[in-house]
Amino acid sequence: MRNLYTWICIFSVVCSAATGDVFIALAMRRIGDLGLFRRKHGFFAMMTRVLSSGALFAGIFFMAMAFFSNLVGLSWADLSLMGPASAALTFVTNAIGAKFFLHENVDKRRWLATLFVCCGVLLLTRS
Amino acid sequence: MELLVFRYRLSFRKCALTPRKYLVLLSVVVFGSIGDTMLARGMKDVGAIDVHHLVHVFAALSNPWVIFGIFCLLGFMSSYMTALSFADLTYVLPATALGYVFMALLSRFWLHEHISLQRWAGIALITAGVGLVAGGPSRTEHPPAAVSGPKAAQGQG
Repeated sequence: MRNLYTWICIFSVVCSAATGDVFIALAMRRIGDLGLFRRKHGFFAMMTRVLSSGALFAGIFFMAMAFFSNLVGLSWADLSLMGPASAALTFVTNAIGAKFFLHENVDKRRWLATLFVCCGVLLLTRS
Repeated sequence: MELLVFRYRLSFRKCALTPRKYLVLLSVVVFGSIGDTMLARGMKDVGAIDVHHLVHVFAALSNPWVIFGIFCLLGFMSSYMTALSFADLTYVLPATALGYVFMALLSRFWLHEHISLQRWAGIALITAGVGLVAGGPSRTEHPPAAVSGPKAAQGQG
C-alpha cells in the first residue's frame, strides 16, 4: 500500500512541477534577462517587475504543491527513489510543455539530451 | 546547406553563455542537490507521515535539516529563475541534471547509500545528455507575439 502512496506522490510531484516550471519559464521569458534588466533599471525595479508577474506566482503555487508532495513522498520512500523517479518523468512532461506552451525549439539534439537524461535517471532508480 | 550551417552558428554565437551564466547554472545544481539531501536527512528524523494525518507534514518544518534544506531550495529557486530568464526551459533542465550526479555522490558519501554499477551507468548517461544540450544554443529566438499568449497570436491571424 505504501508503494501505491509513493507513486501517487511521484505523479503529483511530476504534474505540479511541470506546470510550475512552464509558468515560471513563461514569466521569466516575458521579463527578459534579469542581469541585463538589473544593470539597466536597478535592483528594486527588477524585483518589482519580477514580483508583479502573475504567471510567476502561479508557478510558485504549483512548485509549492510539488514541494509538499515531495516531502510526504520522502517520508515513505528513499531520496534515491523519489528524486530520480519524479525527475525522469518531469523531464519528459517539461519537454512536451515547453514545445507546446512555450513554443521552444525542441530540436533532435534536445530530445536526445532529454532521452539520455531520462534513461540515466531511470537507471539511477532501478539500482 | 551552407546558409543553414551559417544561421545555426550565428544563433549559437548569439545565445552562447558567459562564465557568469555558467556560474548561475552551477548554483542551480549545487543548491538543488544540497537542499534535496538536507530534506531527505530531515525527513528520516521526522519518520513516516500517516496518510490520514497529512497535516503532520507541517511539523517537519521545525526540523533543523528541513529548515536548512528550505533555505538551500530558496537559493535554488532564485538561481533557477535567473537561469530561465536567459535560457530555454529545455536547455536549463538537462543542463542542470548534473545535480543528480552530485546528489548520488552526496547519498553515497554522506547518507552512506550504496551506488551500484547500474547507477554509475545512469550517471554516465546523464553526463552525456548534459554534454549534448550544452553544445547547442541556449535560447529559442521568438518574435515578441509568440510568447505573449493566445490573444496576441489571434491578433496576428
